[in-house]
Amino acid sequence: MAANVLDEPEVEHEIQDATWTLNFGPQHPATHTTLRIVLELDGERIVKATPDIGYLHSGFEKLGEHLNFNQYVTIVDRKNYISPPMNEVAWHNAVETLLGVELTPRCKYIRVIISELARISDHLLCTGAAALDLGAFTAFLFAFNLREQIYDVYEEMSGYRFHPGYTRVGGLLYDFNDRVLDRVRGVVKSFQNVYADMEKLLFKNRIFLDRLRGVGVLSREEAIAHSCTGPIARASGVTYDLRKDKPYLVYPELDFDVPYCTDGDCWARFAVRMEEMRQSCRIIMQCIEKLPSGPFNAPIAEKFPIPDKATTYNSMEGLIQHFELIMPNRGLETPHDEVYAAIESPNGELGYYLVSDGSQTAWRVRTRPPSFIHFSVFPLLIKGHLIADIVAVLGSLSIIAAELDR
Amino acid sequence: MRADDPCLKQMKPPELSLADRFFLPQIAVGLGVTARHIAGVMFRNKAITVQYPDEKHVPSPVYRGVHRLNRDEKGRVKCVACMLCATACPAHCIDIVGATAPETWPDREKYPESFVIDELRCIYCGMCEEACPVEAIELTGLYDLTGLSREQMIFDKAKLLSVFDATSNQEPMKYGKPPERALGSPTTELAPG
Repeated sequence: MAANVLDEPEVEHEIQDATWTLNFGPQHPATHTTLRIVLELDGERIVKATPDIGYLHSGFEKLGEHLNFNQYVTIVDRKNYISPPMNEVAWHNAVETLLGVELTPRCKYIRVIISELARISDHLLCTGAAALDLGAFTAFLFAFNLREQIYDVYEEMSGYRFHPGYTRVGGLLYDFNDRVLDRVRGVVKSFQNVYADMEKLLFKNRIFLDRLRGVGVLSREEAIAHSCTGPIARASGVTYDLRKDKPYLVYPELDFDVPYCTDGDCWARFAVRMEEMRQSCRIIMQCIEKLPSGPFNAPIAEKFPIPDKATTYNSMEGLIQHFELIMPNRGLETPHDEVYAAIESPNGELGYYLVSDGSQTAWRVRTRPPSFIHFSVFPLLIKGHLIADIVAVLGSLSIIAAELDR
Repeated sequence: MRADDPCLKQMKPPELSLADRFFLPQIAVGLGVTARHIAGVMFRNKAITVQYPDEKHVPSPVYRGVHRLNRDEKGRVKCVACMLCATACPAHCIDIVGATAPETWPDREKYPESFVIDELRCIYCGMCEEACPVEAIELTGLYDLTGLSREQMIFDKAKLLSVFDATSNQEPMKYGKPPERALGSPTTELAPG
């Protein structure tokens, strides 16, 4: 559509007065979080956009060197705060890869359920907010209402709405009970209604489509060159999904489709996310049906899971393990090793690179955040478009500043 | 994934009919959705908001709100000052000063002389509760904690025990009474700190 500006030569320094600079953010309602973009404008056309990060730097990675494997789950929650359980599953996936802990089948199913709930809640915010920024306010409210129900699930399962801190090394904080499962079923049921409402409001809304289609096109080659993952890569035709390509937990046993699109524009990213939510619902329903009974924590012989209260009170091994895990310097050894383990988060590949020096605390924790990589693609997508298209592109990329800066 | 994987599902752009291109039918559809929701709220009691101070949200039984220090059957503080909660706390908000237990308390060696939790520093992760070997510290369903000063939000032992007195009727201890054996005999394991 508006790609012809791309062909113009770079603006020379002598004629710099032809362009002017505009700061978008760090505090702007449409950025949603504190991120800043320095725009060089020719009239209303964007000649150059420079993303500037660091406004929400909180030292999350450094904290990983001071908190032990269980404690750090409270921090990973706060990275992508739109879908906290996904971060928890990613973090403990890396830790369990390092320690070689095998999860129980029930725990694996529960972790899949919470990851897919997180995926739905993340996509609801992303698609809803994308619509909100383009003026379609109502769809956003319906999406946010369903997110509230997902928070109810978090509250019922872990006791906290926003930062559940639900996973532990080799298991979970609490087991899923019937009340939690009822709430999960309720979410899946309401999702059908919310999806139908959003479909009616947005899918054939010409204003919405005109704002999205042909805007911010990311080609397949560029998506691969910039190592984009997740819905952003799939919207450009890169059929890469860690749930299928490098299966973890119980994804190989589940039946679901991976949506993709070849257009690579904002609409394609929107459509891929909408379809992924429906697939997540399919996964959740299958998991509830197949949810095996049995223990939710790995057995005490695995050495790293915290024993439940009954084991702690009634057996000497349980009590010793309980103290060993919580007290530092009690001689508990972890492997001297480094691992990289990644999962498919709502925005793409979320990985942890973990270096252990043999203690219960990581020597170095490096996050591979999808937002950071996708934000670096932003200047490419926005070049040549109008100022009003910034919110469309930004909304379709779903940048989470806390994850960006860490 | 391979390009011919049967699980792949290609998304196609929607086909807009001539009527859709003229905006008006779609505006009617959109207004219909809104009208249905308004009717649901007005006539079928489908409002999702809670009229807060009048109606209160009932938190889940495992809700992680304000802490309390549990009392045993004799009304004494259950804590044995083992420091596990202070160690497990990721926010370092618990400060315990342990002392030798009075002679009239034969079942333990130590007790907390002072037990202070900074409720402003706390992130309510529940790890203290998970770490406690005698279920002395627990998080309650009180979620509307407010204060007028920082000093007010630093809870000492008396205040934490008063939270127990205020909530013990509605919220029994989460794991029930631990067996006698665990409370009575292995005091040697309980005093590493």
